[in-house]
Amino acid sequence: MRFVLKTNYGQDVNLFLHGGQRFWYGLLAVVALAAPLGLDTFYLGEFALVYIWAIAGVGLMLLVGYTGLVSLGHAAFLAIGAYSHAVLLEKGVPFFVSVPLATAFCAVVGYIVGLPALRMTGIYLAVATLAFERIAAWVIEHWESVTGGHFGMRVPEAQVFGLPLDTPVTFYYLCLVVLALCLLAAMNLLRSPTGRAFIAVRDSEISAQSMGIDLARTKCSAFAISAGFTGLAGSLFAHKIGYLAPDAFTVQTSIQLLLMVVVGGLGSLHGVIYGAIFLGLLPQVIAFGRDVLPSAIGEIPGLEPGLFGLILVLFLIFEPLGIYGRWVKIRLWFDEFPLYRKATYKRQRSYLRTERVR
Amino acid sequence: MEVLQLLISGVSQGCVYGLIALGFVLIYKATEMVNFAQGDIMMLGAFVAFSLGNLAGLPFVVVFVLTLVIMGALGMALERGLLRPMIGEPPFAVLMLTIGLGFVIRAIAGAIWGNQPRALDSPFAGEIVELGGLIIGYENIAIVVGTALLCALLFLFFRFTRIGIAMQAASQNQLAAFYLGIPVKRVFSLVWGISAAIAAAAGILVAPVSLIDPLMGLVGIKAFAAAIVGGFGSLPGAIVGGLIIGIAEQFVGLYLPAGLSEVSAFVILLAMLFLRPEGIFATLQQKKV
Repeated sequence: MRFVLKTNYGQDVNLFLHGGQRFWYGLLAVVALAAPLGLDTFYLGEFALVYIWAIAGVGLMLLVGYTGLVSLGHAAFLAIGAYSHAVLLEKGVPFFVSVPLATAFCAVVGYIVGLPALRMTGIYLAVATLAFERIAAWVIEHWESVTGGHFGMRVPEAQVFGLPLDTPVTFYYLCLVVLALCLLAAMNLLRSPTGRAFIAVRDSEISAQSMGIDLARTKCSAFAISAGFTGLAGSLFAHKIGYLAPDAFTVQTSIQLLLMVVVGGLGSLHGVIYGAIFLGLLPQVIAFGRDVLPSAIGEIPGLEPGLFGLILVLFLIFEPLGIYGRWVKIRLWFDEFPLYRKATYKRQRSYLRTERVR
Repeated sequence: MEVLQLLISGVSQGCVYGLIALGFVLIYKATEMVNFAQGDIMMLGAFVAFSLGNLAGLPFVVVFVLTLVIMGALGMALERGLLRPMIGEPPFAVLMLTIGLGFVIRAIAGAIWGNQPRALDSPFAGEIVELGGLIIGYENIAIVVGTALLCALLFLFFRFTRIGIAMQAASQNQLAAFYLGIPVKRVFSLVWGISAAIAAAAGILVAPVSLIDPLMGLVGIKAFAAAIVGGFGSLPGAIVGGLIIGIAEQFVGLYLPAGLSEVSAFVILLAMLFLRPEGIFATLQQKKV
C-alpha cells in the first residue's frame, strides 16, 4: 500500500497524486505518441475513432456520471457538431475557427435543451432528450439546402498547420491532442466550483440547493458543456467518416454513447477511456467472431446491437460500476493482498427510494 | 367525411399506442420502474402468435389466449430474473437495463423468425364494412373493441378482485403493503406478467394493420410519448394520451407538410413537457423534500 504524505496544500490540487502515477501516465503518453511508428494505417484510423468516442464520452460522462442527468439524445449533438462544422468548412472558414464555432453552437443548443431539464427528473428527461434527438434528425433530413437531406453531404477537406487532414497520421495526432486537452479541461472543471456543484446536484438536489447551489444554472451549464464536448467530437467525427448522412446519427448512436459511459464506469474519467476502447474494439471482435463461428450464428441479423444490449444488461446486473469499478476492486485486492475483505464493495440493497409524495 | 375517416384510423392507431402505454403505466405505477422494452415485448407477442397461428395452425381464439399466457409467463420470468436484482438501484440503471433488454429481444426475434415482414392469419384481416360512405376495416374495429374490452377487464380486476386491490395497495405504498401481509414481490411479478400480456394483445391486434417484423417494437417510443402526455401513472391517461397522439398523427399527415407526421408525437411530447410536465391526468406529484 502507498500512503501519500502531504506536506503542502498544493498537493491537494495536483493532477497526479504521486510519482508512480506521473510515471505510468507519462509512459502511456509516450506509447500513444509513438503508436504511428509501429501501427499500420487501418489501426491508426481505429484508434483515432476511439479517441473521438472518448471525447464525446467525456461530454456525456460530465452529464450522466457527474451531474446525474440522463440523455438519450447525444447523437443529435454529435450530428449538429458534425454538420455545422462541415457547413462552415464549405463556406471557407478555416479549420481552427470552424471547430470552436461548431462546439460553441452545440453548447448553445445544449443550453436550450437543458432548459426543460429544470422541471424534469430521471425518466422524463431521458424521454425529452430522445424526442429532441428524433426532431433534430428530422430537421437534418428535411433541411436539404444546407444538409443535403437523405443524400447527405461531403465533408470538405481541411488542413491543420498546412498538413492535409486526410492522412491517417495527421488525423491520429489531431484526435490525440484534442482528447488530451478535453481530458485536462474536464479534470480541471471537476475540481472547480462548477464541477463540484455538478456532483452535489447528482448526489442530492435538495442538499445541493440548501448549500446555495443554483440548480437551474448548474443543470443548464452541465448540458451546455456536455453538448459542447460532444459537438467537438462530432466535428472530428465528420472528418473520420468523410461523408455525412442522416443514418450515421440515430437513436442507436445515442445508446452506444450511453453504453460506453455505463460499461466504462459511471462517475470516472478513466471509465470514459475504457468505455471508448470497448466501443471501438467490439465491432472488430464481432467481425472476427463472424468469420470463426458457424454461419448460422454469425449471420443473425441485428447481432451487433443485440450483443451491445446483452453486454449492457450483464454489466448493469453484475458490475454497475463498470470496467473502472472492477479495476479499482482488483487493485484493492493486490493492495491489501492477504487481508482483502470480500464485503468491501458489497452492494447495499435498500427499499426503493420513492419519488412520490403519497 | 374525410375527417371522419381520418378520425377512425387515428382512433384505431391510438388504441394501439394506448395499449402499449398501458403496459408502461402499470409497471411504473406498481414498481416505479420504467420498462423501455415494452414495444419489443409487443413484437415478441406478435411473433409468438404468428408461430402458433400460422405455423402450428391453431384456431385464432386459442392462439390469442395461449399467446397471452406465454407472454405473461415471460413477463414474470423477466421480472424475476433481471429486474428483481435491480431493486434499490437508481432508476437510470433500470432504464438502461430495459433498453438493453429491448435490443436483446430484437436480436433474438431476428434470429428465430428472420427480418422479413410476416403477416398474421387473423379473422379480421382484409374484411371491410361500409357505413354511410365510410370504409372501416375489420381490423380497425377489432383494435378498438379489443382495447375497450381489455380496459374494462382491467378496471374490474383492479376494482373487485383481492389481488387487484393488493396491487393498488402495493403501488401506493410498498412498505405499508408489505407490513399488511401483501406479498409485494409476487405482486410485482404479476404486474410484469399482466403488462407483458397486454403488450402481446396489442401486438396481435395490430398485426393485421402493420406487418410483423423485429423492428415493429420501435412504436414503443411513441407509446411512451402517449404515456407521458396522458400523465405517467394514470391508466385512463395512457389510453387518452394514445388516442391524442394517434389522431394527431393522422391529421398532421394530411394537412401539414409530408414527413411531419412521424415527428408529431415527439413535438406533442416536448410541448406537453414544457407546458404541463405532469400530464393531462396528473396523479403523481414530485416529492418535495
